Amino acid sequence: MKIHELSACDLKSLLKDKKTTAPEIFQSCQDRISATNAKVNSFVRTTPDAGASAAGEFPFPIGIKDNMCVKGEEITCCSMILKGFRPTYDATVVEKLKNAGVPIAGITNMDEFAFGSSTENSCYGPARNPWNTGYVPGGSSGGSSAAVGANQITWALGSDTGGSIRQPAAFCGVVGVKPTYGRVSRYGLIAFASSLDQIGPITKTVEDAAALLKIIAGYDEKDSTSANLPVPDYAKALEKDIKGLRIGIPKEYFIEGMDPEVKEAVRATIEVLKKQGAEFVDISLPHTEYCVATYYIVATAEASSNLARYDGVRYGLRKTPPKQRKNPIVDMFEETRQAGFGAEAKRRIMLGTYVLSSGYYDAYYLRGLKTRTLIKKDFDEAFKELDAVIAPTSPTTAFKIGERTSDPLSMYLSDIYTISCNLSGIPGMSIPCGFSKAGLPIGLQIMTKAFDEEMMLRIGHHYQQKTDWHQQKADL
Amino acid sequence: MISKEDVQYIAGLARIHLDQSESGKLTEDLEKILGYVGKLGDLDLKAVAPTSHAMALKNVFRNDEVRPSLDQKTVLTNAPEQLRGSFKVPQVIE
Repeated sequence: MKIHELSACDLKSLLKDKKTTAPEIFQSCQDRISATNAKVNSFVRTTPDAGASAAGEFPFPIGIKDNMCVKGEEITCCSMILKGFRPTYDATVVEKLKNAGVPIAGITNMDEFAFGSSTENSCYGPARNPWNTGYVPGGSSGGSSAAVGANQITWALGSDTGGSIRQPAAFCGVVGVKPTYGRVSRYGLIAFASSLDQIGPITKTVEDAAALLKIIAGYDEKDSTSANLPVPDYAKALEKDIKGLRIGIPKEYFIEGMDPEVKEAVRATIEVLKKQGAEFVDISLPHTEYCVATYYIVATAEASSNLARYDGVRYGLRKTPPKQRKNPIVDMFEETRQAGFGAEAKRRIMLGTYVLSSGYYDAYYLRGLKTRTLIKKDFDEAFKELDAVIAPTSPTTAFKIGERTSDPLSMYLSDIYTISCNLSGIPGMSIPCGFSKAGLPIGLQIMTKAFDEEMMLRIGHHYQQKTDWHQQKADL
Repeated sequence: MISKEDVQYIAGLARIHLDQSESGKLTEDLEKILGYVGKLGDLDLKAVAPTSHAMALKNVFRNDEVRPSLDQKTVLTNAPEQLRGSFKVPQVIE
């Protein structure tokens, strides 16, 4: 295998045996990006000079989603409204990577402000699936997932508000982890929905995800929602076997409309885990069918409030209309926001403003918050008896570019299995568990109770010891 | 039902200027999405408390002490327009 194809843990042993060097690895990945980026459009900018900062135990190139602040680099959330914005400080996760010696290879493509499930809503054009470039890589962290799936980098960071790490990881055949809400600092992550957003690793193996999570996790006084808890030794947690673990299979996640190939692949993973000693229990999460509706109320309400800051005053785009409409400053706000936001951003801001507006707050927003309580309770109940819950990551494999862009609701429904983790705050991870006949990857989702990422990683790692889906390489 | 006038009103609250074709498309889209999320109306939620946040965090305060922060010049580096150390904006008061 070529250097850019290897996992971080494999590269670590090569380095130890002095068979390669950190600069050689960084260069190999930059060359791979140059050779393949026109096909997948996963990177919106590269940072070739950052290789010099590689040091420490894991000096392997990482991709950063275009919504995390990197001091001095252009960071735009793939939106026209932030064109030219250069943060004046590092996000906490970026600071932690720099301190650990993990060099940044570049900034990755995404749906504008993370609004989307396909990375088609980007002002830089769509990212593409490395397994078949006629298909979407998923989203919103589609650039980060496609970059890891295309072996352009060793690993990447994404953010997940309703499945934006896990769904693209599933579509691109890589590992994607959404940690517990509060496990990783959100300081310097450009906000979408603050009660749901969480940063996490996108990697080639579960072992790598454990190593990267260890680097970025931990309490941060700059994020008031960050959890003041010690960070466990995730690599060590992988060692324990999975004998006797009780894993739930929620019946509401195996519904009509689900791709039979996905169903079959998930059923097959259950057999693998059973052979390793895990026990399976059929369970019910009765409020599952309300997850998407709850999410699109809560997330858009928070987004409409968070995105009020893009007003042309302090940073980003500023536009004024040719003729006065209302008064000079309001005209500037309204013209800037019309020109700067794409169609999906406008749709979500409008929906969020509507559900929060006088007369509709009780009917929509408050009902959303109350339903969120019921969804969270379903999981609280389930985890009294269980160590983990498994389900498909997405009801289908990757869809074709353009297939769902004209129908926003069909796009929203592609998040049907991932949203519940964000609403209830628990961690979730997608790992490769097969391929469709058309050659597109299928993802398995593992969820555990809050702050038990160790359990999730442990189950995923054991599965990867018996399967080789994660070792398949996209032919670009 | 959501009308074109509702959409223009919401756009005003959200401070987004919409042209005719945009507001027409948004009226259709919002109608459809609101129809879907309206399914929460099926649930009896009278006795249910709202959850705004999945983790039970109380107010988080720090000590009220002066700490280093970004200097004025740095803060202004991304300003679309600036004047004498401030963000410059179009006329606000007649």
